Amino acid sequence: MKSAVIVFPGSNCDRDAAVALEQLAGKKPAMVWHGDSELPDVDLVVLPGGFAYGDYLRCGAMAGQSRIMRDIKEKVGKGLAVLGICNGFQVLTETGLLPGALMRNADLKFVCRPVGLDVEETQSSFTRKYSKGQRVTFPVANGEGNYFADEATLDRLEAEGRVVFRYAEGDNPNGSARNIAGILGEKRNVMGLMPHPERVCDPALGGTDGTALFESLIEALS
Amino acid sequence: MKARVFVTLKNGVLDPQGKAIGNALHGLGFSSVGEVRQGKVIDLELSERDQAKARASLKDMCEKLLANTVIEKYEIELVP
Repeated sequence: MKSAVIVFPGSNCDRDAAVALEQLAGKKPAMVWHGDSELPDVDLVVLPGGFAYGDYLRCGAMAGQSRIMRDIKEKVGKGLAVLGICNGFQVLTETGLLPGALMRNADLKFVCRPVGLDVEETQSSFTRKYSKGQRVTFPVANGEGNYFADEATLDRLEAEGRVVFRYAEGDNPNGSARNIAGILGEKRNVMGLMPHPERVCDPALGGTDGTALFESLIEALS
Repeated sequence: MKARVFVTLKNGVLDPQGKAIGNALHGLGFSSVGEVRQGKVIDLELSERDQAKARASLKDMCEKLLANTVIEKYEIELVP
Protein backbone atom coordinates (compact mmCIF):
# COMPACT_ATOMS: atom_id res chain seq x y z
CA MET A 1 0.00 0.00 0.00
CA LYS A 2 1.39 3.34 -1.05
CA SER A 3 0.25 6.21 1.09
CA ALA A 4 0.58 9.96 1.51
CA VAL A 5 0.08 12.22 4.50
CA ILE A 6 -0.96 15.78 3.71
CA VAL A 7 0.86 18.47 5.66
CA PHE A 8 -0.98 21.74 6.22
CA PRO A 9 0.50 24.71 8.06
CA GLY A 10 -0.63 23.88 11.60
CA SER A 11 -0.90 20.09 11.21
CA ASN A 12 0.52 18.45 14.33
CA CYS A 13 -0.33 14.76 13.95
CA ASP A 14 1.16 14.33 10.48
CA ARG A 15 4.26 12.63 11.85
CA ASP A 16 2.26 10.40 14.22
CA ALA A 17 0.27 9.21 11.19
CA ALA A 18 3.48 8.71 9.18
CA VAL A 19 5.10 6.66 11.97
CA ALA A 20 2.02 4.42 12.31
CA LEU A 21 1.84 3.91 8.54
CA GLU A 22 5.52 3.14 8.23
CA GLN A 23 5.52 0.70 11.15
CA LEU A 24 2.47 -1.18 9.91
CA ALA A 25 2.80 -0.95 6.12
CA GLY A 26 6.58 -1.19 6.10
CA LYS A 27 6.78 1.72 3.70
CA LYS A 28 7.35 5.39 4.40
CA PRO A 29 4.38 7.50 3.31
CA ALA A 30 4.98 10.51 1.08
CA MET A 31 4.64 13.75 3.02
CA VAL A 32 2.74 16.07 0.68
CA TRP A 33 2.61 19.82 1.24
CA HIS A 34 -0.86 21.39 1.04
CA GLY A 35 0.30 23.81 -1.67
CA ASP A 36 1.29 21.04 -4.08
CA SER A 37 -1.05 20.61 -6.99
CA GLU A 38 -0.80 16.89 -7.57
CA LEU A 39 -0.68 13.79 -5.39
CA PRO A 40 1.98 11.17 -6.03
CA ASP A 41 0.69 7.76 -7.14
CA VAL A 42 -0.83 6.45 -3.89
CA ASP A 43 -3.61 4.14 -2.67
CA LEU A 44 -4.37 6.06 0.53
CA VAL A 45 -4.30 9.68 1.62
CA VAL A 46 -4.34 10.64 5.29
CA LEU A 47 -5.51 14.09 6.34
CA PRO A 48 -3.92 14.39 9.79
CA GLY A 49 -4.99 16.02 13.02
CA GLY A 50 -3.91 19.46 14.09
CA PHE A 51 -5.04 23.02 13.62
CA ALA A 52 -4.59 23.70 9.91
CA TYR A 53 -4.38 27.45 9.26
CA GLY A 54 -4.90 28.00 12.99
CA ASP A 55 -8.56 27.00 12.56
CA TYR A 56 -9.14 30.50 11.13
CA LEU A 57 -12.74 31.24 10.11
CA ARG A 58 -13.84 27.67 10.99
CA CYS A 59 -11.78 24.56 11.65
CA GLY A 60 -10.96 22.96 8.30
CA ALA A 61 -12.40 25.84 6.24
CA MET A 62 -9.12 27.19 4.87
CA ALA A 63 -7.48 23.79 4.51
CA GLY A 64 -10.49 22.67 2.52
CA GLN A 65 -9.59 25.28 -0.11
CA SER A 66 -5.92 24.21 -0.36
CA ARG A 67 -4.58 23.45 -3.79
CA ILE A 68 -3.92 19.78 -3.00
CA MET A 69 -7.56 19.32 -1.94
CA ARG A 70 -8.71 19.93 -5.53
CA ASP A 71 -6.67 16.95 -6.71
CA ILE A 72 -7.83 14.85 -3.75
CA LYS A 73 -11.48 15.66 -4.49
CA GLU A 74 -11.07 14.66 -8.10
CA LYS A 75 -9.35 11.37 -7.20
CA VAL A 76 -11.89 10.52 -4.51
CA GLY A 77 -14.43 10.46 -7.34
CA LYS A 78 -12.27 7.79 -8.99
CA GLY A 79 -12.08 5.67 -5.83
CA LEU A 80 -9.03 6.97 -3.93
CA ALA A 81 -9.20 6.05 -0.22
CA VAL A 82 -8.99 9.01 2.15
CA LEU A 83 -8.78 8.86 5.94
CA GLY A 84 -9.39 12.10 7.85
CA ILE A 85 -8.44 12.07 11.52
CA CYS A 86 -9.66 14.83 13.86
CA ASN A 87 -8.79 18.05 12.01
CA GLY A 88 -8.73 15.88 8.86
CA PHE A 89 -12.38 14.94 9.52
CA GLN A 90 -13.20 18.64 9.84
CA VAL A 91 -11.48 19.29 6.49
CA LEU A 92 -13.52 16.50 4.87
CA THR A 93 -16.84 17.95 6.04
CA GLU A 94 -15.79 21.46 4.98
CA THR A 95 -15.00 20.26 1.45
CA GLY A 96 -18.28 18.36 1.25
CA LEU A 97 -16.56 14.98 0.92
CA LEU A 98 -18.43 13.95 4.07
CA PRO A 99 -21.85 15.24 5.19
CA GLY A 100 -22.52 17.29 8.33
CA ALA A 101 -20.25 19.59 10.32
CA LEU A 102 -18.10 19.53 13.45
CA MET A 103 -19.05 22.16 15.96
CA ARG A 104 -17.74 23.52 19.25
CA ASN A 105 -17.90 20.87 21.98
CA ALA A 106 -21.19 21.06 23.84
CA ASP A 107 -19.48 21.94 27.16
CA LEU A 108 -17.03 24.36 25.45
CA LYS A 109 -14.03 22.43 26.80
CA PHE A 110 -11.12 21.00 24.87
CA VAL A 111 -11.28 17.27 25.61
CA CYS A 112 -8.07 15.23 25.65
CA ARG A 113 -8.50 11.70 27.01
CA PRO A 114 -8.99 8.08 25.96
CA VAL A 115 -12.59 7.25 25.05
CA GLY A 116 -14.40 3.96 24.50
CA LEU A 117 -15.72 3.43 20.98
CA ASP A 118 -17.95 0.78 19.49
CA VAL A 119 -17.04 -0.45 16.02
CA GLU A 120 -20.39 -0.37 14.34
CA GLU A 121 -19.53 -1.12 10.74
CA THR A 122 -16.97 -3.61 9.48
CA GLN A 123 -18.04 -3.59 5.82
CA SER A 124 -15.40 -1.02 4.91
CA SER A 125 -11.76 -0.89 3.87
CA PHE A 126 -11.08 0.98 7.09
CA THR A 127 -12.55 -1.47 9.60
CA ARG A 128 -12.65 -4.95 8.04
CA LYS A 129 -10.12 -6.30 10.58
CA TYR A 130 -12.30 -5.32 13.53
CA SER A 131 -15.30 -7.34 14.61
CA LYS A 132 -18.75 -5.82 14.65
CA GLY A 133 -19.62 -4.37 18.04
CA GLN A 134 -16.00 -4.55 19.23
CA ARG A 135 -15.17 -2.07 21.99
CA VAL A 136 -11.91 -0.20 21.37
CA THR A 137 -10.19 2.70 23.12
CA PHE A 138 -8.75 5.61 21.13
CA PRO A 139 -7.71 8.98 22.51
CA VAL A 140 -9.65 12.10 21.51
CA ALA A 141 -8.10 15.56 21.49
CA ASN A 142 -10.51 18.16 20.21
CA GLY A 143 -12.30 21.38 21.01
CA GLU A 144 -14.61 21.15 18.02
CA GLY A 145 -15.58 17.53 17.66
CA ASN A 146 -19.32 17.86 18.15
CA TYR A 147 -20.72 16.11 15.08
CA PHE A 148 -23.85 17.74 13.70
CA ALA A 149 -26.09 16.91 10.76
CA ASP A 150 -29.81 17.33 10.18
CA GLU A 151 -32.08 14.47 11.20
CA ALA A 152 -32.62 13.29 7.61
CA THR A 153 -28.85 13.04 7.04
CA LEU A 154 -28.34 11.17 10.33
CA ASP A 155 -31.12 8.72 9.44
CA ARG A 156 -29.56 8.18 6.04
CA LEU A 157 -26.07 7.58 7.47
CA GLU A 158 -27.50 4.95 9.81
CA ALA A 159 -29.68 3.31 7.17
CA GLU A 160 -26.74 3.03 4.76
CA GLY A 161 -24.37 1.59 7.37
CA ARG A 162 -22.11 4.62 7.21
CA VAL A 163 -21.73 5.23 10.96
CA VAL A 164 -18.46 3.39 11.56
CA PHE A 165 -17.58 4.34 15.13
CA ARG A 166 -19.82 5.48 17.96
CA TYR A 167 -18.74 6.75 21.36
CA ALA A 168 -19.61 4.13 23.96
CA GLU A 169 -22.87 4.90 25.74
CA GLY A 170 -22.17 7.50 28.44
CA ASP A 171 -18.70 8.31 27.05
CA ASN A 172 -19.61 10.93 24.42
CA PRO A 173 -16.89 13.57 24.99
CA ASN A 174 -18.28 16.41 22.88
CA GLY A 175 -22.03 16.19 22.43
CA SER A 176 -21.92 14.55 18.98
CA ALA A 177 -25.31 13.71 17.50
CA ARG A 178 -26.29 10.09 18.14
CA ASN A 179 -22.84 9.47 19.70
CA ILE A 180 -21.28 9.49 16.22
CA ALA A 181 -17.46 9.41 16.25
CA GLY A 182 -16.71 8.41 12.66
CA ILE A 183 -18.53 8.13 9.34
CA LEU A 184 -18.06 6.91 5.79
CA GLY A 185 -18.65 8.81 2.57
CA GLU A 186 -21.28 7.80 0.06
CA LYS A 187 -18.95 5.50 -1.87
CA ARG A 188 -17.34 4.19 1.33
CA ASN A 189 -13.82 5.16 0.21
CA VAL A 190 -13.64 8.21 2.51
CA MET A 191 -13.74 8.00 6.27
CA GLY A 192 -13.52 10.72 8.89
CA LEU A 193 -13.30 10.26 12.65
CA MET A 194 -12.52 12.53 15.58
CA PRO A 195 -10.58 10.05 17.79
CA HIS A 196 -6.94 9.28 16.98
CA PRO A 197 -6.24 5.66 15.90
CA GLU A 198 -2.66 6.59 14.95
CA ARG A 199 -1.89 7.31 18.61
CA VAL A 200 -2.69 3.76 19.69
CA CYS A 201 -0.53 1.72 17.32
CA ASP A 202 2.39 1.02 19.65
CA PRO A 203 2.25 -0.65 23.09
CA ALA A 204 4.76 1.94 24.31
CA LEU A 205 2.11 4.61 23.72
CA GLY A 206 -0.52 2.93 25.84
CA GLY A 207 -2.45 0.74 23.44
CA THR A 208 -2.68 -0.95 20.07
CA ASP A 209 -6.41 -0.70 19.31
CA GLY A 210 -5.66 1.51 16.31
CA THR A 211 -3.48 -1.00 14.46
CA ALA A 212 -6.47 -2.95 13.04
CA LEU A 213 -7.61 0.20 11.23
CA PHE A 214 -4.33 0.56 9.36
CA GLU A 215 -4.10 -3.22 8.86
CA SER A 216 -7.59 -3.14 7.34
CA LEU A 217 -6.43 -0.52 4.85
CA ILE A 218 -3.24 -2.43 4.07
CA GLU A 219 -5.25 -5.60 3.39
CA ALA A 220 -7.87 -3.78 1.31
CA LEU A 221 -5.52 -1.58 -0.70
CA SER A 222 -2.40 -3.68 -1.27
CA MET B 1 -17.69 49.73 -2.12
CA LYS B 2 -17.70 48.21 1.33
CA ALA B 3 -19.69 45.23 2.46
CA ARG B 4 -20.48 43.65 5.78
CA VAL B 5 -21.36 39.96 6.07
CA PHE B 6 -23.06 38.57 9.17
CA VAL B 7 -22.59 34.85 9.75
CA THR B 8 -24.71 33.26 12.48
CA LEU B 9 -25.74 29.77 13.47
CA LYS B 10 -29.03 28.57 12.00
CA ASN B 11 -32.03 28.47 14.29
CA GLY B 12 -32.12 25.23 16.20
CA VAL B 13 -28.36 24.66 16.01
CA LEU B 14 -26.94 24.48 19.52
CA ASP B 15 -24.78 27.51 20.34
CA PRO B 16 -22.78 26.66 23.48
CA GLN B 17 -20.81 29.92 23.28
CA GLY B 18 -24.01 31.96 23.17
CA LYS B 19 -25.27 29.98 26.14
CA ALA B 20 -22.08 30.67 28.12
CA ILE B 21 -22.35 34.40 27.32
CA GLY B 22 -25.97 34.34 28.52
CA ASN B 23 -24.96 32.63 31.77
CA ALA B 24 -22.18 35.17 32.34
CA LEU B 25 -24.60 38.04 31.77
CA HIS B 26 -26.98 36.54 34.31
CA GLY B 27 -24.05 36.24 36.69
CA LEU B 28 -23.45 39.98 36.26
CA GLY B 29 -27.00 40.69 37.29
CA PHE B 30 -28.55 41.28 33.84
CA SER B 31 -31.57 39.24 34.76
CA SER B 32 -33.65 40.39 31.78
CA VAL B 33 -31.42 38.49 29.32
CA GLY B 34 -33.12 35.58 27.56
CA GLU B 35 -31.51 33.43 24.88
CA VAL B 36 -28.14 34.66 23.52
CA ARG B 37 -26.80 33.68 20.08
CA GLN B 38 -23.38 34.78 18.86
CA GLY B 39 -21.87 34.99 15.40
CA LYS B 40 -19.28 36.67 13.18
CA VAL B 41 -19.07 39.95 11.31
CA ILE B 42 -16.80 40.08 8.27
CA ASP B 43 -16.03 43.46 6.65
CA LEU B 44 -14.86 43.44 3.05
CA GLU B 45 -13.74 46.06 0.56
CA LEU B 46 -14.77 45.44 -3.02
CA SER B 47 -13.64 47.11 -6.23
CA GLU B 48 -17.00 46.25 -7.82
CA ARG B 49 -19.27 49.28 -8.28
CA ASP B 50 -22.42 47.58 -9.45
CA GLN B 51 -24.55 46.71 -6.42
CA ALA B 52 -26.30 43.72 -7.97
CA LYS B 53 -23.00 42.23 -9.13
CA ALA B 54 -21.41 42.87 -5.75
CA ARG B 55 -24.30 41.16 -4.00
CA ALA B 56 -24.13 38.16 -6.33
CA SER B 57 -20.41 37.79 -5.81
CA LEU B 58 -20.75 38.11 -2.02
CA LYS B 59 -23.42 35.41 -2.04
CA ASP B 60 -20.99 33.16 -3.92
CA MET B 61 -18.25 33.94 -1.34
CA CYS B 62 -20.61 33.05 1.50
CA GLU B 63 -21.65 29.76 -0.09
CA LYS B 64 -18.06 28.76 -0.92
CA LEU B 65 -16.14 29.92 2.12
CA LEU B 66 -17.46 32.55 4.51
CA ALA B 67 -20.31 30.45 5.90
CA ASN B 68 -20.74 26.72 6.39
CA THR B 69 -24.33 26.43 5.24
CA VAL B 70 -24.79 23.09 7.00
CA ILE B 71 -24.91 24.98 10.31
CA GLU B 72 -24.74 28.69 9.50
CA LYS B 73 -26.81 31.34 7.75
CA TYR B 74 -25.57 34.65 6.42
CA GLU B 75 -26.77 38.17 5.69
CA ILE B 76 -25.12 40.63 3.34
CA GLU B 77 -25.12 44.39 3.85
CA LEU B 78 -23.70 46.76 1.24
CA VAL B 79 -22.27 50.15 2.20
CA PRO B 80 -22.09 52.13 -1.06
